[in-house]
Amino acid sequence: MKVGDLTELAARNLREAVLRNSLTTLGISVGVASLVALLSLGVGLQQLVDRSVARAGLFDTISVRSRQSAPFGQPGGGRRNLRDAGDPTPPRPLDDAARKEIAALPNVVEVNPEVRFTAEARREPISQLVMVSGMATSSQSSGTLDGLNGHFFSTPEAEEAIIQGDLAKRLTDVGQAPNSLLGQEITLRFAQRQALPPPSQQASTDAPNQAVGPDEEAMGFSIVPSEKKFLVVGVTPTSESGGQVGFNNSGIYLPLAVAEKLQVVQQGDLRDMSRSGQAQGVRYAALNIRASSPAAVAQLESNISHMGFAAFSLIDVTRNLRTFFAIFDMFLGIFGSLALAVASLGIINTLVMAILERRREIGVLKALGAADRDVRQLFFAEAGVMGLAGGVFGVLLGWAIGRGIQFATMIYLKRQGMNSPNIWSIPWWLVLGAIAFAVVVSLASGIYPASRAAKLEPVEALRYE
Amino acid sequence: MSVIEANTSSNGFAIRAERVSRHYHMGQALIRAVDAISLEVGAGEFLALLGTSGSGKSTLLNLMAGLDRPSAGAIFALGRDLAAMSSEDLATHRNRTIGMVFQSFQLLPRMTLEENVELPLRLAEVPRGERPARVREALERVGLGARTKHRPTELSGGEQQRAAIARALVNEPRILLADEPTGNLDSKTGEEIMNLVAQIHRPASGPGRTVVMVTHERALAERYADRIVTLSDGAIAREERLR
Repeated sequence: MKVGDLTELAARNLREAVLRNSLTTLGISVGVASLVALLSLGVGLQQLVDRSVARAGLFDTISVRSRQSAPFGQPGGGRRNLRDAGDPTPPRPLDDAARKEIAALPNVVEVNPEVRFTAEARREPISQLVMVSGMATSSQSSGTLDGLNGHFFSTPEAEEAIIQGDLAKRLTDVGQAPNSLLGQEITLRFAQRQALPPPSQQASTDAPNQAVGPDEEAMGFSIVPSEKKFLVVGVTPTSESGGQVGFNNSGIYLPLAVAEKLQVVQQGDLRDMSRSGQAQGVRYAALNIRASSPAAVAQLESNISHMGFAAFSLIDVTRNLRTFFAIFDMFLGIFGSLALAVASLGIINTLVMAILERRREIGVLKALGAADRDVRQLFFAEAGVMGLAGGVFGVLLGWAIGRGIQFATMIYLKRQGMNSPNIWSIPWWLVLGAIAFAVVVSLASGIYPASRAAKLEPVEALRYE
Repeated sequence: MSVIEANTSSNGFAIRAERVSRHYHMGQALIRAVDAISLEVGAGEFLALLGTSGSGKSTLLNLMAGLDRPSAGAIFALGRDLAAMSSEDLATHRNRTIGMVFQSFQLLPRMTLEENVELPLRLAEVPRGERPARVREALERVGLGARTKHRPTELSGGEQQRAAIARALVNEPRILLADEPTGNLDSKTGEEIMNLVAQIHRPASGPGRTVVMVTHERALAERYADRIVTLSDGAIAREERLR
């Protein structure tokens, strides 16, 4: 029999016992719905993590430091880390030449120095020690500034600051909202490097705010307290309402170029002073490299490592994260499939009942010329139609359940005063896969009834009352 | 000309049974439903199989139809050995060569008349476009052209049997096998059905068909059949040529 005729007869047979077949189909739908609902949550959670990590720049960022930064006597001091252990390239200072060399590597989008220091933030009469970071313009879209009140820096050179919500709370007067800091000035007090001029000029020259060049470096630098005022243009949410993401969290963010010009004493400056001076120009504690894509990170990391620097990215961590989610999804899939397994028993039961009821009909079909194959295919088609209908309806049901969970989660998180991220997602592969899975399970369930129906002897079947 | 037609014309028999047997085991007992029967049915002949209940006439008819396989011996339909056929070939034989009419009509109650009659065409994979005309023609031939959308339960017994005959003939089989076609009908309706079978056997125009009819009504057999074979205990007890 042709496929069209088989499907038509199967659909007709299913319509005849509409209640029983609808209940069986509903069983499949519930199975598929539980599978879809659980997997959509798994996928949604994975996408949420991926999105957050990607937006925070963790997938495409490489942190580069000079090797052997830690001296002997400190934990790990003097040793190369595992990643660098096999690399014979001698360590190099992280200076301007290195920055340019790294920037010239393929797939490097930008190279930014890491400027991070401790300062005192003051808004009379309140003051607070705080970690300050320079922030590149490209980090504007990272998750760090999610839910920002106010705006990003107006220009890369603007003397503006973005303040973390919790810090803003401390710097405001009692009873005032953190956002009340917007448009106000705060003062940062920090330790500044001031280059010592060569002995011949020491008496006459004073050059604050100048980069520490090789000559100055030969002479060293002095550390002096310095202050600068910044206009608060943005306040990030407080930690209890979602807070920040990213690995570079700080209390205050300044435009990177402005932070660089402050000539703040950074961790490692004293250590670098005590080492032999091979560096050309400015030395950096660390450089943050942004790759063109997460796929380019591994190769780039290896290239930088071969240049004699310590490179670190979160690719390995995220790889483990993906493995975790694959296992997590697998378990969700198994739990979701349990309901479908129960539904498959329903299909077997329905079809076996149908054989008993339609024994005589099978006999007539065979008497009229139906081959065993035709009868088998007819029962398969009935199982397949139930699977298809159950699959489609189950996906819709699963979608509705997923939406319900998402909605309930959103309300709960909002009541807790937190952001409500999307934790639910039904990708196309899940829709098609769930329907296909329902059809396959239904067909598998139909194997036994279909072969039993096909094996019926026509003479015996015709005698059946 | 098909292979089947060539074989028929070569030996002149539509059906030939050679010491065909059908034995059943029922517990310890061996039931010889058909026991070493040899019989020929000529092409275009109307043969009536007569006998009491349990004489083996329906079993022999089922063997001719390919609904059952013989325990021993051979049975040929249009020159082809049914015992040697695969189940697929037997199904094709039932669909193309044989038209079956049953005592209890065996129409599918959930389908309309036209859907019932269309079934053999579906199984023969006749293109959809051709089917409505052939179904209509078959139903009109048995006088049910106006009842195509009716379900079997909405018809009288005689009408149901006529619909069953239309279904048996829709694929234009060469052989019509009827198992007590009037058994469930009153005498008047039974006569109408027999007149219809007789028309199918020898139509006013066009080729006739071989008809093998099982009945226990001797009068009916004598009136319509060319030959009567009486069975008793699975064997041929008597053979009478009437025409």
